[in-house]
Amino acid sequence: MSYSVKVLDHYENPRNVGSFGKEEEGVATGMVGAPACGDVMKLQIKVGKGGVIEDAKFKTYGCGSAIASSSLVTEWVKGKTVEQALGIKNTQIAEELALPPVKIHCSILAEDAIKAAVADYKKKHADQVVG
Amino acid sequence: MLKLPIYLDYSATTPVDPRVAEKMIPYLVEKFGNPASRSHAFGWDAEAAVEEARLEVATLVNADPKEIVWTSGATESNNLALKGAAQFYAGKGKHLVTVKTEHKAVLDTCRELERLGFEVSYLDVMDNGLLDLAAFKAALRPDTSVVSVMLVNNEIGVIQPIAEIGEICRARGIVFHVDAAQATGKVVIDLATMKVDLMSFSAHKTYGPKGIGALYVRRKPRVRLAAQMHGGGHERGFRSGTLATHQIVGMGEAFRLARLEMGAENERIRMLRDRLLKGLSDIEHVYVNGDLEQRVPHNLNISFAYVEGESLLMAVKDLAVSSGSACTSASLEPSYVLRALGREDELAHSSIRFTLGRFTTEEEIDYASRLLHDKIARLRELSPLWEMVQEGVDLSTVQWAAH
Repeated sequence: MSYSVKVLDHYENPRNVGSFGKEEEGVATGMVGAPACGDVMKLQIKVGKGGVIEDAKFKTYGCGSAIASSSLVTEWVKGKTVEQALGIKNTQIAEELALPPVKIHCSILAEDAIKAAVADYKKKHADQVVG
Repeated sequence: MLKLPIYLDYSATTPVDPRVAEKMIPYLVEKFGNPASRSHAFGWDAEAAVEEARLEVATLVNADPKEIVWTSGATESNNLALKGAAQFYAGKGKHLVTVKTEHKAVLDTCRELERLGFEVSYLDVMDNGLLDLAAFKAALRPDTSVVSVMLVNNEIGVIQPIAEIGEICRARGIVFHVDAAQATGKVVIDLATMKVDLMSFSAHKTYGPKGIGALYVRRKPRVRLAAQMHGGGHERGFRSGTLATHQIVGMGEAFRLARLEMGAENERIRMLRDRLLKGLSDIEHVYVNGDLEQRVPHNLNISFAYVEGESLLMAVKDLAVSSGSACTSASLEPSYVLRALGREDELAHSSIRFTLGRFTTEEEIDYASRLLHDKIARLRELSPLWEMVQEGVDLSTVQWAAH
């Protein structure tokens, strides 16, 4: 398997690895995938006032492309509102990282992780989210 | 100086020993005769070299040279043994018995025999990779004609109880085939005492060249085979085709060196393997796959829990090793051998097979050990599974979102 330069860069130097305290204000978590399938992604977002994602962290069990996809989305969601973050599509991730067809599922999982994290945020802040 | 990548994949293939290569070269250039040419010195020289090599192969396994048939390698030997014996003894019965952890050259040949109307039982192994003799006996039937069990497993290095299986087969008049491709030069093989009827050998797993192997065919009691390759009647009709003199010379020399050096070599390799195991055993949640006692010293197959296999291989690209999963496809396929041990998919995915050999050094082992420490720690730092385990979560109770 040969990897693109960008995948290798994210794999060697993953951005924003780690976890926030679960009780921290504005933190929401999305966990997707399953160990038996070979990929589990945990994406956490820290949402500030006005629904803007101030910080993001990830941990991923998976191949190099899965690690790179989740590392990339932590960079991309920062500074976006939760609604803007939902606009990130797996095709953009796959294109940015030049993922081969057999690794497209990694980008889909990264998109799902964003959706799961945002859903968790909305569930926790149901009373604050307006329209 | 340490040269990277470090070769720790000796069960895939071995380099040709320089002493072997040196002995082969004259048979390509000056001594090029056809060993079947009976009318001149070119042929006589080649024939003498082939017979000398045949004697060396036979001597390593304590057999008669007349019992050795040259083939292109262990895959062909397995095909000739299984198809040849199954077809020849079809009148006795059409049932074969083999094991789920055999090499594909045996399993796929058995599949082909099933297509030809034979019936095959594929036996499970115990969780240490060894065949349960009681289960084996129970699988034999009055119409069982051929049994095939490997001596040393290619993935986990375990040594099957061949002597005991041979006794059981002989008592029932069943032809017993053993794939010994991974065994020569690693374990003592004594065909004068082991009741094995057919045994497959390969040169390139024992520091000989690729493309040459042999099949042992017992003479007393005589075992018959239906030939699979027809032509000039070479090798007493068992396998036609002009003999590859230089390859045969190489295999003979490789097996001669194995006989002379295996005692000391195996001790040295065992010391290195134990050093590697010791170096890795202070990493948490590592599991050795396969029995550690009934095993060749060359093999260490380890699963690193909570680390994904493909990212692990990326992390250890300075090591030429094999992984437990075929991870070039989208759907990861864990090794069928590790699955047969009952390893859950996650552990099968995150396994590495280290196989050591003649040219492995202490410096290489220490480098590999350090590298794995660093990389496993890094990947676990990245792993949400590891984090959950550290927090005391039992992963088997987690409801995973399927995808």
